[in-house]
Amino acid sequence: MDATSNIKSAYAQLEGKSKNLSAFQEENWKTFSGIGIPALKHEEWKYIPIKNVFKASMNIAVEHDAFDQSALSNYILPGTEDANHIVFYNGRFQEHASKINEKDKLVVKSLEIAAGDEDAAFVETNLGNSQGYHPDGVNALNGAFAAGGAFIKIKKGAVISQPLIIYHFADSSNGFRFSQPRILVSVEDNAQVTIVETYVNHGGGESLTNEVIEICTGRDSITRYIKLQNEGNLSNHTGTTHVRQLERSNTHAVTITLDGAVVRNNLNMVMEDEHAESHMYGLYLLKGNTLADNHTIVDNRMPHCESNELYKGIMDDQSTGVFNGKIFVRKDAQKTNAYQSNKNILLGDQASANTKPQLEIFADDVKCSHGCTIGKLDEDALFYLRARGISEKNAKALLLHAFASDILGQIENEAIKNYIETLISDRLSLEA
Amino acid sequence: MLKIENLQARIEEKEILKGINLDIKPGEVHAIMGPNGSGKSTLASVLAGREDYEVTGGSVDFLGKDLLELSPEDRAKEGLFLAFQYPVEIPGVSTTNFMKTALNEKRKYQGLDPLDAAQFLKLMKEKMKLVQIDQALLSRSLNEGFSGGEKKRNEIFQMAMLEPKLAILDETDSGLDIDALRIVANGVNQLRSKDNAFLVVTHYQRLLEYIVPDYVHVLYKGRIVKSGTKELALELEERGYDFIKEEVDQAIA
Repeated sequence: MDATSNIKSAYAQLEGKSKNLSAFQEENWKTFSGIGIPALKHEEWKYIPIKNVFKASMNIAVEHDAFDQSALSNYILPGTEDANHIVFYNGRFQEHASKINEKDKLVVKSLEIAAGDEDAAFVETNLGNSQGYHPDGVNALNGAFAAGGAFIKIKKGAVISQPLIIYHFADSSNGFRFSQPRILVSVEDNAQVTIVETYVNHGGGESLTNEVIEICTGRDSITRYIKLQNEGNLSNHTGTTHVRQLERSNTHAVTITLDGAVVRNNLNMVMEDEHAESHMYGLYLLKGNTLADNHTIVDNRMPHCESNELYKGIMDDQSTGVFNGKIFVRKDAQKTNAYQSNKNILLGDQASANTKPQLEIFADDVKCSHGCTIGKLDEDALFYLRARGISEKNAKALLLHAFASDILGQIENEAIKNYIETLISDRLSLEA
Repeated sequence: MLKIENLQARIEEKEILKGINLDIKPGEVHAIMGPNGSGKSTLASVLAGREDYEVTGGSVDFLGKDLLELSPEDRAKEGLFLAFQYPVEIPGVSTTNFMKTALNEKRKYQGLDPLDAAQFLKLMKEKMKLVQIDQALLSRSLNEGFSGGEKKRNEIFQMAMLEPKLAILDETDSGLDIDALRIVANGVNQLRSKDNAFLVVTHYQRLLEYIVPDYVHVLYKGRIVKSGTKELALELEERGYDFIKEEVDQAIA
């Protein structure tokens, strides 16, 4: 049995189980069956051997696997005990294991239910919006399994005081685990929220998480989004975060990748209305054989939108960092301000970085800039620190920490920032 | 304290130091002067351990240790300090954090306990006064956006914090106006004691009006060609380097 027939048999078990999403799933299955998993010759996947990641024998959850609730407490991010927790297990939403504190402001339910109740119209309009930007088999494959997903709504004008943290658990104890979480988020007009996603591979085996999260940010809303990837080096990931921004909405995304096997993050900001603002920050701190590929898109469709983007990478050992930043400025999107920067430091002789800015501008009154660098640690700075008695190892750690610090500084939530700081300090083994 | 014998060094294929001899004892201030390109800054860099330079001969003894065998960080921990001609800007690292790391690494090397936050702050406040440096400046990224004078004052502040046995000041006067020069010189003078020594590298005599040396050496074409007392500096100021160049060039011819 090859990967596709493995997936096919899982899909066959799903058929007929969903009422409200069956049409969506079928349509996506058709797309996937037609084009399959992208090969290296696919322009958008040229640095990622994604085909090799899919295995002939993968465990795919098609029903509600019981999640051991006590496991969650071991993985709660320090200092976020009072946050709203949403649990996914093997790619499927676990309502009973999730914990929502601010129920008057926040609705969390299964996507299948949302597609048949008062939120059906929203689901109909927004589910699958990312596909236009990623017309590939990976996105479609997630869609084919969408009924296991979750729907999140931050009600109009609600300010969610504690972050909403989504824990994705993948159980790989019985072999390769393939999970496909699907999330649809509605941040209604004037609402404010911080959404965090983090991933746990427990069981010690190989895994692949193929996720799609689609967010629609309403008028004057403020959305902060943090994606933290620190699974082991057997964990593969392909994820799309797709944000549809309405008028004057403000989105701020930070993507941190510290570990993994093959990791692909797509982040799309679609500026659908005027005066939308988006900030995109990323840090990939890689070692071993990790390959992390960040593809970002800012699609300016209307005038007076602004976007800022800064991604930084540190590659050690044989690791590879890839950055691809697309900025579209459509004909109507006059007065767009769009800035992009990608900076990379290579530590290992075998490490590599690929960076590609891709700007397509069709309007004539815009300000856009981009820049990218790939280099080694600054020798003069290193010598300066050593000349003050700081060991070479600590001097390097200080400089790398400093390099990473402007991305970390973007994380507003103190507990989460401190936690990630600790992970990075440990990793750089900075000795006091 | 520092004994340099026949030190030779090159960068890539270019010989820069061609046999330097120098003996510095505790409590002394030595000035190294010389025209541009004579090797002054190279000497400072070689002593601090910059790896761009290859030492091709000679020896340097620092407090009984073979200095050339030590890494830059161990030289610093043994009590050597280089005030840089061009202090490096390091975004994201504050002077405070940097100094705390440096000081505590040195203390660890000496077998002392690290300073806690309160002790460190107290020491810092004390040393800040010496060079009239503002705490706000020290909380900022190291040297980033500092004026020339601020950078040099920061160097002397770091020196005061680390209390070296031998401090090498590499053209610390360059780019300083007279007020900043006085502040820097005043800081250095307050740190002078019978136990430590200074090697002041400079192109002009100006700095030596404030930091009065015990000995003045003239470096030219990679060798010390003349040594004397502070009067030699005044003579150089008056006559320029040409008379020395002529003397040396004639001797070679």
